[in-house]
Amino acid sequence: MTTAAFLCLLILSIIGYVWNRQAATAIRNGGARLHSLTGFHGFYSGLMILVPVLVVILLWLVLEGPVIDLILKSSISERLDGLGTGEVQLIVAEIKSIAGGSIFGTPEQWKLDAADRYLALNARSGQLLLVVVLLLSLALLVFSRRKVAAEFRARHGVERIVSGLMIFCSVVAVFVTIGIVASLMFETIRFFEKVPVSEFLFGTNWEPQIPMREDQVAAEGAFGWLPVMLGTLVITVIAMTLAVPVGLMSAIYLNEFAPKQFRAVAKPFLEILAGVPTVVYGFFAILVVAPALRSFGQSIGLDVAPNTALAAGSVMGIMLIPFISSFADDALSAVPQSLRDGALGLGATRAEMMTNVLFPAAIPGIVGGVLLAVSRAIGETMIVVMAAGLMAKMTVNPLDSVTTVTVQIVTLLIGDTSFDNPKTLAAFALGMMLFIVTLVINIFALRIVRKYREVYD
Amino acid sequence: MTDISTTPSSSIGSAGSALMKKRNRHQTVLQGLGLAAISFAALMLFILISSLVSTGYKAFYQTHIQLEVFIDPEQISADNLQRGNFDDVLLDSLKAYFPDVEGRADLRKLESILSNGAQFTLRDRVQADPSLIGETVTVNVPTSDDYDQLAKGMVDRDSPADQRKLSDRQIGWFDTLEKAGAVTQPINWALLTNADSRFPELAGLKGALVGSFWALLVCFLISFPLGIGSAIYLEEFAPKNKWSDIIEVNINNLAAVPSIVFGLLALAVFLGWFGMPRSAPLVGGMTLALMTMPTIIIATRAALKAVPPSIREAALGVGASKHQVVFGHVLPLAMPGVLTGTIIGLAQALGETAPLLLIGMNAFITSAPDTPLDSATALPTQIFIWADSPERGFVSRTSAAILVLLTFLVTMNAVAIYLRSKFERKW
Repeated sequence: MTTAAFLCLLILSIIGYVWNRQAATAIRNGGARLHSLTGFHGFYSGLMILVPVLVVILLWLVLEGPVIDLILKSSISERLDGLGTGEVQLIVAEIKSIAGGSIFGTPEQWKLDAADRYLALNARSGQLLLVVVLLLSLALLVFSRRKVAAEFRARHGVERIVSGLMIFCSVVAVFVTIGIVASLMFETIRFFEKVPVSEFLFGTNWEPQIPMREDQVAAEGAFGWLPVMLGTLVITVIAMTLAVPVGLMSAIYLNEFAPKQFRAVAKPFLEILAGVPTVVYGFFAILVVAPALRSFGQSIGLDVAPNTALAAGSVMGIMLIPFISSFADDALSAVPQSLRDGALGLGATRAEMMTNVLFPAAIPGIVGGVLLAVSRAIGETMIVVMAAGLMAKMTVNPLDSVTTVTVQIVTLLIGDTSFDNPKTLAAFALGMMLFIVTLVINIFALRIVRKYREVYD
Repeated sequence: MTDISTTPSSSIGSAGSALMKKRNRHQTVLQGLGLAAISFAALMLFILISSLVSTGYKAFYQTHIQLEVFIDPEQISADNLQRGNFDDVLLDSLKAYFPDVEGRADLRKLESILSNGAQFTLRDRVQADPSLIGETVTVNVPTSDDYDQLAKGMVDRDSPADQRKLSDRQIGWFDTLEKAGAVTQPINWALLTNADSRFPELAGLKGALVGSFWALLVCFLISFPLGIGSAIYLEEFAPKNKWSDIIEVNINNLAAVPSIVFGLLALAVFLGWFGMPRSAPLVGGMTLALMTMPTIIIATRAALKAVPPSIREAALGVGASKHQVVFGHVLPLAMPGVLTGTIIGLAQALGETAPLLLIGMNAFITSAPDTPLDSATALPTQIFIWADSPERGFVSRTSAAILVLLTFLVTMNAVAIYLRSKFERKW
């Protein structure tokens, strides 16, 4: 039915386009001078039909499910009285799966009836949608056809609609941000209703278990995020210790010393490294790097954990090399030629010019790039999910296994998720912290980069 | 320019030339460090690719066993193929090689040479042509994972028997089959045509490929119009005021938000509030679209900026409206840049894993999705699932899946580079 509605809308708006265009052409052929080109008359009709009806269809699709659920629940309300939300959800899910044709065991008769009613409601909703779409499109078709006249400013109408659409497109990005903040806030507040804020922010114990039964002992769960954050920092520091020197050195070499042909080969090479998906790096960490580090550690008598922070951190460092090197390269290139010429003219070697003049001048841009890389490392997920540990420990030993914020979010949310236990909600609280930390770093870094650019431009 | 620093002047004297040497050494060291850094990055890339290829190429062929099977009408009847005893029929033909194997336990071990899916291969064949019942046919069925590993030389025959999955006797069986010429190793098309499976020898990427296709299609259909519309507005029409500043800062920040946060958004909003289905490529595509949109906006704005103002002035001068200028002249000229940015954005979306994990696209699903609303996996999440699987056969399959993914990424980027070099105009 939905497909039929879309198809119907598409065909009617094309008919509207053709009809109005022909009408406008007829007026022009009759000798009158049109205000707008005939094409604009056509587009006016097409857009007048397409845009409002599309909004109606999308709204319908979004609201259809919740409304049908409400009707379904109210029709069996006497059966649901006194049940918790979880049980009601279970019953609704069972009715839906019966309606979908998968019946397990022998459900009660009222559930079968409800399933039939559910199917009927869905079918009714589909038919109703089709009728609404047809009527609305036809009404708009007639409305816009009657507007066609020699002096009708169809172009202005079309341009207004298109401008409106474009403004909507740009506002979507704002809505996404609002959506992120709202959804994280909402679940985080629910989390803090169950777990005190102070415990989350300053607790040094992270054991997100929840009791399966009310009377269960020793499974209270602890939600202190400090060990998780510490683990994230350990891995980030390892990654940056590898990525910053290597990235900077390659940028310096590429920017100042490399022959042209070498640069033409090496830059795309680094870009390949940047384009590899993170899940591939994660597999690389567990397939090659972690075993190599472990056997190396054993050979010199060190005890290296199988999922050592060193493996995840160093692979993340490899991932960030091209990121840092391209930022540093840009920053070095942005230093005006006059500074180079001046330094060389005073008799500095090229190395001295680089270390004493270019590099200090480019420092703000480089710092901005490094900060962006730090925010990336904190938010990076797949490498650590695959190669880092699950247990939160208060340790800074890079050979030990640590866990990170993103690992915890993924492990808490993978599999069955219901939104009413602190375990799931804790993931959103961690997500909130992650969002805030990366946002602050990003804003700071982008500001540094931009400010620095303005100085030399 | 190097001449300036390397030519020692005679008037400086010996102390000066020592200083000069030191300064030059400093320069050599700096250059050496730079070269070492780049070589390190290149070495890492080389190790990454070569480790993937060396473990992955083995998954591109699969050990098969060729058997002459007599399709016994007593075991299999045309009216009830689903209940047919294809197991026993296959075992009978295998027994022909090993007349001395007896007893239930041993026979079961013998049967485990063949993959669990072998009986279904045979069943499908008989189903397609029921006249085969009562005939002897030659079938080519995959071996189970342990024997596949053995054939590919992944099992050390000299290691102590209790450290291997296969006993000496089982290895002997396989060698007998090999000597009899029954073992073949054809190209493993099942890797691309089968959906996921618990058994490595049967597992394939079809479900993941179809799932990724749907997700990318949805992602493109949403992010492309939204991205272009918003970029055109911000670049060409937006008044320079507080609001457009906010939107701009917003988009730049959105591009740097960690991908997992988008997963949380999708989980809370799309699944939690709107009640959309879990594991569906539609939801995956919508999530990826939100992440791809900033990339497309930034690329489109750069492309629009690159169109010289003379084009706009000329069009305005002959009486075009602002909209006609943009949609009739500027946008078509900027299109190569826009498309390049879009393809690069989609390539990033194809490799994105974390948000898809949160909306459940890492489920175990044994059939390819028919519509974007069915449960499915995507290529990167399939890689994640396989990397987590304990069976040895999945190690090489994970590498092979990564090679398939990288092939797609390289192709998309190559198309983008081709488009850029072919259609981009320098003004």
